[in-house]
Amino acid sequence: MSPSPVIEVRNVFKSFKTVQAVQGVSLTIMPGQFVALLGPNGAGKTTLVEMIEGIQKPDRGEIRILGKPWKGNEKELRQVIGLSLQETRYIEKLTTYETLRLFGSFFGLGKERVEEVLHLVGLEEKRKAYTVNLSGGQRQRLALGIALINLPRILLLDEPTTGLDPNARREIWEILRNLRKSSDTSMILTTHYMEEAEQLCEQIVIIDEGKILKEGTMEDLLGEDASLKTLDDLFTALTGRRLHD
Amino acid sequence: MIDRIRNNQLWQLILANVLEKVREPGVLFWGIGFPILMSIGLGLAFTRKPESVRHVALISADTGTYSIVLKDDKLGNTTFQLEKMPWEAAMVQLKRGHVNVAVTIGDSGYRYHFDPMNPDAQLTYVRMAPVLNQIPARDLNRDTGYGIRDLGSEIQDPASSTQHPASRIQSPGYEEDLSAASATEVDVLTVTGTRYIDFLIPGMIAMGVMFSCLWGLGYYIIDTRSKKLLRRMIATPMKRSNYLIAMITVRLVMNVIEAILLVLFAWLAFGITIQGNIPALLVLFLAGNIAFSGIGIFLACHTSKTEIGNAFINVVSMPMMILSGIFFSYHNFPDWAIPIIQPLPLTMLADGIRSIFIEGAGFAQTAIPSLILTLTGVVFFTVGLKLFKWH
Ligand SMILES: Nc1ncnc2c1ncn2[C@@H]1O[C@H](COP(=O)(O)OP(=O)(O)OP(=O)(O)O)[C@@H](O)[C@H]1O
Ligand SMILES: [Mg+2]
Repeated sequence: MSPSPVIEVRNVFKSFKTVQAVQGVSLTIMPGQFVALLGPNGAGKTTLVEMIEGIQKPDRGEIRILGKPWKGNEKELRQVIGLSLQETRYIEKLTTYETLRLFGSFFGLGKERVEEVLHLVGLEEKRKAYTVNLSGGQRQRLALGIALINLPRILLLDEPTTGLDPNARREIWEILRNLRKSSDTSMILTTHYMEEAEQLCEQIVIIDEGKILKEGTMEDLLGEDASLKTLDDLFTALTGRRLHD
Repeated sequence: MIDRIRNNQLWQLILANVLEKVREPGVLFWGIGFPILMSIGLGLAFTRKPESVRHVALISADTGTYSIVLKDDKLGNTTFQLEKMPWEAAMVQLKRGHVNVAVTIGDSGYRYHFDPMNPDAQLTYVRMAPVLNQIPARDLNRDTGYGIRDLGSEIQDPASSTQHPASRIQSPGYEEDLSAASATEVDVLTVTGTRYIDFLIPGMIAMGVMFSCLWGLGYYIIDTRSKKLLRRMIATPMKRSNYLIAMITVRLVMNVIEAILLVLFAWLAFGITIQGNIPALLVLFLAGNIAFSGIGIFLACHTSKTEIGNAFINVVSMPMMILSGIFFSYHNFPDWAIPIIQPLPLTMLADGIRSIFIEGAGFAQTAIPSLILTLTGVVFFTVGLKLFKWH
């Protein structure tokens, strides 16, 4: 018996007043799989991920988490999902420790787990710092820590490294690589950086203007055409534009 | 057991709320320092000054000052300083509020120019005119730049004054006359409960509740939403009711503390005491908090733009602050406006608190306002929650 998918997205649409943000996307994520959603600004990554997170509702199509739709199963599904939103600002005058403690309490978790997470994301030294005083990289690590606090089976990260310098970015990659080794958590991460997609995820989904252009492993994506060296080349071949400005 | 409580999400939410507030110096200032400073400022501004000086423009081509001192033991001495200036300059001074009456010298005597809608100008006119009318215009002209005069001697003996200006300097006889006259007419009321500060303090308490709920709850929610923090929190198993309960509880406790400090200050600085029923006051205070919490949550239910929230709150709070009789009685407004002003939540709260503080009211007088305020809060809260945008 093959394992059942943790996330199933079937033909999902979502539009805002004048923008069709997501236009017929289907995705299947298996246990332990790390998937990157790669696409330029406005591609619809956040909209898609937030629909999977149950924060936004699709206009059309179906989303199932662990085989269950969001409707009627919210309480149960929230327990097993960890996530970080694009650009969340936390309570400014609360310390790193207190912030983790607060989010831990939402899952009924105590100090012990907070200590583990502080260690995991390397913020022990910043435990007493107010979140407003954290650097960009530290704030992203805090966001990751909050996402991991409940030992989620499904991790959904929206641009976890955007705006960070290469070092800070690598620190986050390191945390995620360790997670991959040590657990069977599944992950979807959105990114503009092809390097990030390559480094962390076996499955890469290229998305633009609300549609999936291509998906597969690095070899699948680049293998067919010898002239393509990188995902950037592939993106240009697919759209005529570059992934980065 | 202790750990169970500490790990409880409601407890952690309350803790986070408290820590956040205590660590923000601005919150403490606006909540506690500001109403007290305002009471001190207004309390002093409107407390009777024993020596008051009223500036009056005397339209003249010359420059100089002519002073008339009105001695009065009970009302305090009043000096009318007639400052000579041309008409244009007088208009400038009027606009600036430096003078509120201008006097011209005509053939048939003095003419007084002022805005009859300005009670302060009326007072200047009413008190000064009878005295000034006794002084011949040529005296004012001749004595340009002269110092203080006692009008008493002039009234008593105008003839001597024109002949011997020096004799006007003192005239105990007249002073006695004046104080004797006012002794029969004026009874000085400084009984607690009738001073301006007695009017002001209950209003400040009501206003504090309004601002604290609208900003501390309403704006706070919008800010949390705009930071995407609200969205992040509801993407966990956090119970939404816990979030609201924590926020409202902390706000209520802070409002109680702020009110107690203000009352304590009013007692120490101005000897203000609560004349009426304290349980009735507590119920009314709670009802006011419910009303404004409901309104705050209603205002914050949808928008995630702090600028819009800012505008909403100002649009709701500013008119009430002016209309509801916080700084001056709303009976100054025209009669037709009173039935519109009285049902405003801030009016109800301020009137209720005031009646308990200074009129010795109890449940009989405040039960209905308390009930209406509670219902107002419940209605706004329910509608707000129905429309509430969590993400
Ligand atoms: N709440 C909204 N109201 C209106 N339009 C929206 C809303 N959310 C997203 N959009 C639009 O939908 C499109 C997709 O937006 P989305 O945020 O999903 O893109 P994205 O791939 O996450 O982009 P980025 O890389 O910049 O984060 C954009 O054109 C955006 O302007
Ligand atoms: Mg995005």
